[in-house]
Amino acid sequence: MGNLHIQLKERFPDAVLETHAHKGDETALVKRESLLAIAQLLKTDPLFDMNVLMDLAGVDGLDLKWKPRFQVVYHFYSLALNHRLRLKVAVEEKDAVVPTLTGLWPSANWFEREVWDMFGIRFEGHPDPRRILMYEQFQGHALRKDYPWNKRQPLIQAKAVTSDQ
Amino acid sequence: MGEKGFKVMTQNSIQSNESGGYLTSRLNDMIGWARKYSIFQYPFVTACCGMEYMSTACSHYDVDRFGAGLPRFSPRQSDVLFVVGTISHKMAPVLKQIYDQMADPKWVVAFGVCTCTGGFYDNYATVQGIDTVIPVDVYIPGCPPRPENVLDGLMKLQEKIQGQKQEV
Repeated sequence: MGNLHIQLKERFPDAVLETHAHKGDETALVKRESLLAIAQLLKTDPLFDMNVLMDLAGVDGLDLKWKPRFQVVYHFYSLALNHRLRLKVAVEEKDAVVPTLTGLWPSANWFEREVWDMFGIRFEGHPDPRRILMYEQFQGHALRKDYPWNKRQPLIQAKAVTSDQ
Repeated sequence: MGEKGFKVMTQNSIQSNESGGYLTSRLNDMIGWARKYSIFQYPFVTACCGMEYMSTACSHYDVDRFGAGLPRFSPRQSDVLFVVGTISHKMAPVLKQIYDQMADPKWVVAFGVCTCTGGFYDNYATVQGIDTVIPVDVYIPGCPPRPENVLDGLMKLQEKIQGQKQEV
């Protein structure tokens, strides 16, 4: 344990841009183009054996002046080996597309819909790319830092106030 | 409880003669009295206020004392829509449809601050008060309201039912 990020860097020297480890929490920042190949390896290679995708989240770095602006973070876990690894993928605002992992972990389905709904990051090849939390008519993506926190866009128009109510 | 209802009954005169007794009343008051003590509620429970609703409904506070002890889980059989808990914009059309399915006469109780004003959910997802979607008769604030508060609101609703013109 504790050297998964080093192993990953050895397997994909070009695709793994950065690694980080702190008290057993290991992270690797990887290139978007190599995400599918790396994910495939994490799932099938007996050294990693990541059979659970525990979580998948979007992060908006607008206030932190990130370049590129977004990140998608994947949390993997191996039940058999009891170890974890995080993958991060940087995503440009202009080209906010990431390949889907639904083919490898079905649990990615709803997570990816949530990230699409809240951050507007599209997942290429997703079988059901609808919003999951907000309604279909909703404009914009609510967890983007430039979405006004108090913006209202009610689905049902407010009814007229009548005197007898 | 229900002073007004009792007043209606006591104000009316009970007549008796050799062949038996009878009661006179105004039809409007009589129907109001009957309606306010036979409230069939539809609990539209979406959030934590539901726990307090259950507490009110069960034996400690016993909402049945007020004639509102039979929740109906079909809007077509119910008189009062209890909206209990946060209503999101995604849920709002469902609430509107449930309200539209109820037969007249019907009343709406907003249970808890989320239904009254949106509460502390001042954000993109939450309806800022269900009165922007459907008409509301009684607002019961609180996060969540205590059962005493709910019973107070229920009695206010009964007063309202008693006092209004009864459409038949």
